[in-house]
Amino acid sequence: MTDTSATLDPQSKPRLAPGCRLNNDGKEPRTLLMPERALRLQGPSLEIIERCDGQHTVEQIISELQEIYSKAAPEKVAQDILGYLKLLHDQRALDFQ
Amino acid sequence: MPSISNPLALIAELTHRCPLHCVYCSNPQELQSRATELSTADWSRVFREAADLGVLQADLTGGEPLARPDTVELVRAARTAGLYVNLITSGLPLDEARLDALIDAGLDHFQLSFQGSTAEIAEEISGSKTHAQKLRVLDWLKSRRVAVTLNFVIHRRNIAQIGQMLAIAEASSASRVEFANVQYYGWALVNRAALLPTRNQLDDSLVILKQAQERLLGKIRVEYVVPDYYARYPKACMGGWGRKLLLVTPNGEALPCHAARVIPGLPFENVKGCSLRDIWETSDAFQKFRGQDWMQEPCRSCDRRGMDFGGCRCQALLLTGDAAATDPVCTLSPRRAKVDAIVAGVNEGMLSVNSEKTNWIYRLNA
Ligand code: SF4
Ligand code: SF4
Repeated sequence: MTDTSATLDPQSKPRLAPGCRLNNDGKEPRTLLMPERALRLQGPSLEIIERCDGQHTVEQIISELQEIYSKAAPEKVAQDILGYLKLLHDQRALDFQ
Repeated sequence: MPSISNPLALIAELTHRCPLHCVYCSNPQELQSRATELSTADWSRVFREAADLGVLQADLTGGEPLARPDTVELVRAARTAGLYVNLITSGLPLDEARLDALIDAGLDHFQLSFQGSTAEIAEEISGSKTHAQKLRVLDWLKSRRVAVTLNFVIHRRNIAQIGQMLAIAEASSASRVEFANVQYYGWALVNRAALLPTRNQLDDSLVILKQAQERLLGKIRVEYVVPDYYARYPKACMGGWGRKLLLVTPNGEALPCHAARVIPGLPFENVKGCSLRDIWETSDAFQKFRGQDWMQEPCRSCDRRGMDFGGCRCQALLLTGDAAATDPVCTLSPRRAKVDAIVAGVNEGMLSVNSEKTNWIYRLNA
C-alpha cells in the first residue's frame, strides 16, 4: 500500500479494502458496504468503484470514464475522479497497490 | 401515522452468555438463559426476513457471540441472506482455525472489544484475564483479509490510556478504531459513580482524539462518542426510535433499542411468532415513540426534534420516571438539574480519581 495522503499516483491500482464490497449479485440499488457505513452508488460513482479491482490503474479509470462521459470536459472528469478516490481512501475503503 | 423507513441494521444478540463480566455491560440485569436461545434455523430465517425488509448490515453480538457453537453457520446464513456481516466480540473462545472458518463463511468485519490498554485495567474492568488473548487475536488478524475495528469502551478508569490504546490500534491491521464512552444503562448505571469521567479528563481526551484523527487520516478511521451527560443536546438514540435499527435478543424478542425493556407496559413481540416486517411496521413497541406525535414540550416545538428525536427514551425513563419526557441530558429539559447534580458529584471532591479503591458490581453470567 502506498501513501496517498499527498497525491494519488496515476500508475497505482486502487482496490477495495478488506471488508468493503458491493452488495450481493447486482441487487438494486447498488451499494458499497463497509464498516459502519453504506454508500449508494449510481452513474459515475458505480463505474469508478467497479474499476477499483486491483487491475485498473488510476490513469486507466480516468481515460475510460472520459470516454463514457465524452460530453463533459476531460479535466473536470479527471478532477472529480481523483477527488472521489481520495475521499474513499480517507474513509479507508480503498487500498492503492 | 408517522411514515416508516426501512431499518438499515439488525443487531442480533445471539446469546447473553459471556466469559467476561464487564462493569458497564449493556445487557439487562435479567439475562436470558441458554435454554431459551433461538436456534440456528430461527436466526437464519430472521436474517432472510431482515434482508427482505431492506436491512443492509447484521451486527452479531451478545453477550459473546462466539460462545455459541454455531457462530460460523450464523455468519454464513447472514451473508447468504445478502447482509454485510459484523462480528462484535471479546475475542474468545477463538483460535486460528475458527477465525479462518468465520472469514470463509463470509465475515466482513471483525470488531474486537478491549477493556483497556493494559492487562491490569482490563482485568479490573472485565473481572477476567483476557487481555493477552486479545493481543493474540490482533496478531492472527494481520495476515487475514477482513476489516478490523478495535472498540474501546471509555470511562474514568481508562480514559487516561487513550494514547496507549491508539498505539495498539496503530500496531494492528485495524482500519477503524472506536472510542465509545459508557452509556448509562444496564450494569453501567449501577456503576455510574465510578465510571463517569471528570470534565478535565474528557477535555484532555478530546484533544488527543482530534489530533489522532488528523494524524491517522487515510490510515485509521478514528471515531468517538462523548458521554452525553456532558453534552448540550442528547444523541439521536438508535438514529431515532423505529427509524434505522432493530435489535433481537437471544430468545427472539424484537426491541427498538438495547434498553427498551426498562420501559414499563411496552409489549415486545417475539420473532418466533411474528414476521420481522409485521414487528417493524405495526407492532405497538415500534410505533410507540416513532415520529413526533408522542413528544412533550420542549421537544414538541424545538427545531432540533428532527435531528435528535428528543434523545433516549430509556434514559428519560431512568432519570425522570417518564419515558415520553425530553431526555434530561438536554440542556433545554426542565429536568436537566438532575444530570447536573450527578456530573457535579463526580467533579467535586474527585481529586484522586485513579487512586481510590472501587467497589465494582460485576456483570453476572447467563
Ligand atoms: S461482559 Fe463485557 S464482553 Fe461480555 S457482553 Fe458484556 S460488555 Fe461485552
Ligand atoms: S428539547 Fe428535545 S428536540 Fe430539542 S434539543 Fe432537547 S431533546 Fe432535542
